[in-house]
Amino acid sequence: MLTDDMKKKIEEECHRCGNRQGACIEAIQTAQTFWGWISDENMEHIARFLGMSPAELDGVASFYNHIYRKPVGKHIVMVCDSVSCWVMGYEKLLDHMTQRLGIGLGGTTADGLFTMVPIQCLGACDKAPAIMIDEKLYTDLTPEKFDRIIEKYREGA
Amino acid sequence: MEKPLTANFRPGEPLSLKEYEKLGGYQALRTALKMGPDEIIQLISQSNLRGRGGAGFPTGTKWSAVPSPKDLPGTRYFIADADEMEPGTFKDRLLMEGDPHQFLEGVIIGSYAIHAEEAFIFLRWEYTLAQSRLKSAISEAYSRGYLGNDIMGTGVNVRVHLHVSAGRYICGEGTALVNSLEGKRAVPHSKVPRQTDCGLWGRPTLMNNVETLCNVPHIINNGPEWFKNLSNSKDGGTKIYAVSGKVKRPGAWELPMGTTIREILEENAGGMRDGLKFRGVMPGGASTDFLVEQHLDVKMDYDSVQKAGSRLGTGTMIVLDDQTCPVGMVHNLEHFFARESCGWCTPCREGLPWVASILKAMEEGHGQPDDLDVLRFHTKHLGPGRTYCALAPGAMEPLQSALVYFREDFERHITEKRCPWR
Ligand SMILES: Cc1cc2nc3c(=O)[nH]c(=O)nc-3n(C[C@H](O)[C@H](O)[C@H](O)COP(=O)(O)O)c2cc1C
Ligand code: SF4
Ligand code: FES
Repeated sequence: MLTDDMKKKIEEECHRCGNRQGACIEAIQTAQTFWGWISDENMEHIARFLGMSPAELDGVASFYNHIYRKPVGKHIVMVCDSVSCWVMGYEKLLDHMTQRLGIGLGGTTADGLFTMVPIQCLGACDKAPAIMIDEKLYTDLTPEKFDRIIEKYREGA
Repeated sequence: MEKPLTANFRPGEPLSLKEYEKLGGYQALRTALKMGPDEIIQLISQSNLRGRGGAGFPTGTKWSAVPSPKDLPGTRYFIADADEMEPGTFKDRLLMEGDPHQFLEGVIIGSYAIHAEEAFIFLRWEYTLAQSRLKSAISEAYSRGYLGNDIMGTGVNVRVHLHVSAGRYICGEGTALVNSLEGKRAVPHSKVPRQTDCGLWGRPTLMNNVETLCNVPHIINNGPEWFKNLSNSKDGGTKIYAVSGKVKRPGAWELPMGTTIREILEENAGGMRDGLKFRGVMPGGASTDFLVEQHLDVKMDYDSVQKAGSRLGTGTMIVLDDQTCPVGMVHNLEHFFARESCGWCTPCREGLPWVASILKAMEEGHGQPDDLDVLRFHTKHLGPGRTYCALAPGAMEPLQSALVYFREDFERHITEKRCPWR
């Protein structure tokens, strides 16, 4: 169910757009901040609130890569796989990350802490390779640096 | 050498509104409000400012294409394209993080110039720092009266909305972006009618790149002649150039428009890393043709790069060195484009994965003798005019040029049945 807080935020977006569908991406993002991902049931709740059909809303949702339709880990590790990072050796780093986390791209660790996904150029190409974890950017990455960063997230869990 | 776009950059937090004002900030907006829309557009046209989003379309011409309120009354929209996702590109991020008010001032002036009362900044999700800095700049501007209703008592209204996208490269394409703002799948649509006539929610809509807009306040303040004189070429102004890849000092610099590739690579980026040789460069992001040694003295402006067989694009270069596999690099690019295709038109949806799979097979030692012909076939059939948007033609640019300049590397993959670099 949408909380009153969510409804208020979504309503503000609708008002801003002057059109309920125009607010649907914001609506999904608002809900996802709270739930972490969007289940079928919640997709229906949001759709109803916006006056859209669930299929229509899911059609929109499935287009964008920051909308999760499956449960994800507590932290999302986004690995830039674009050209500058590739030139700077991102593939070796990915091998290391895969081993360290024990998951491939698209996978979630058994403890539910991390989901690893590929991402397009993060706009940090002069400091490649780059990754993002949740809303934080990490650059000039090496395997050692990655291990230290991951350790911090584990400690914080 | 003047560097108007980055003059206010400093380590740590960017200028607050007060500090920005002290350095002359929002003076351009005051002047613009006195001039009126027609005079602003005239000034921008005279300056020869060309769009920094990739296509280099003259900004003044674009602005004057929006119908006047007399001919077409009612709502119109202004959009800043801050979706920067072209691989290898990071100039707009620096501009938004480094001086958010400069960008915002450009957005407000642009909106006023086309009589738009609503402006959207379409920002990619991953630019979280830019997002928080823009949010504070916007709220500062509202409270100081540079945004909102009756700006500085002139009766002019401009409201700015920050839209944080949910991702996908295609969202940066003009018509896809509009669909996305309308809460739809970000699929491009036909360019007829033009967005300046019928864009967001069917209303006249103007869209500009972040760097384009950052130039606007400076042109208003200093005039078109000053702007033209900043440049080493016909196109006015400075340009944020950038270099990534295995050079000594990757980074970004504001330089006169028309600085040569050699100067940027050698003097700014410090040349190649020790032990590596230069082999090629994509001058303006992932969707531009490779240039090679013989092009090093080409000026980085729209016409010169085009004459050399490529595009200035975003002006952010990606360097290929002699120990990196060109086929692997092109495979990485085509894999990207195949994934980011929105799937709307067949040549792009079906062709790009095919191209990517051929390159992958080549990398893995399964290349076939006729692969090069098949790749060449695709560069023709995914080229300009066959798809709804420029994603597929853009994807073909690095491939078609690599097939010319690095042909032997492709052939070696096929005859040796392996990647010689692995
Ligand atoms: C696939 C694709 C992605 C694009 N992404 C961006 C982008 O992220 N930012 C941008 O400013 N322009 C992007 N463009 C170009 C825009 O469509 C448009 O030309 C540009 O924003 C116009 O602004 P300008 O006239 O100021 O250059 C993209 C174009 C294509 C075909
Ligand atoms: S060229 Fe590709 S990305 Fe562009 S509209 Fe066609 S399918 Fe979509
Ligand atoms: S290519 Fe990875 S940050 Fe740009």
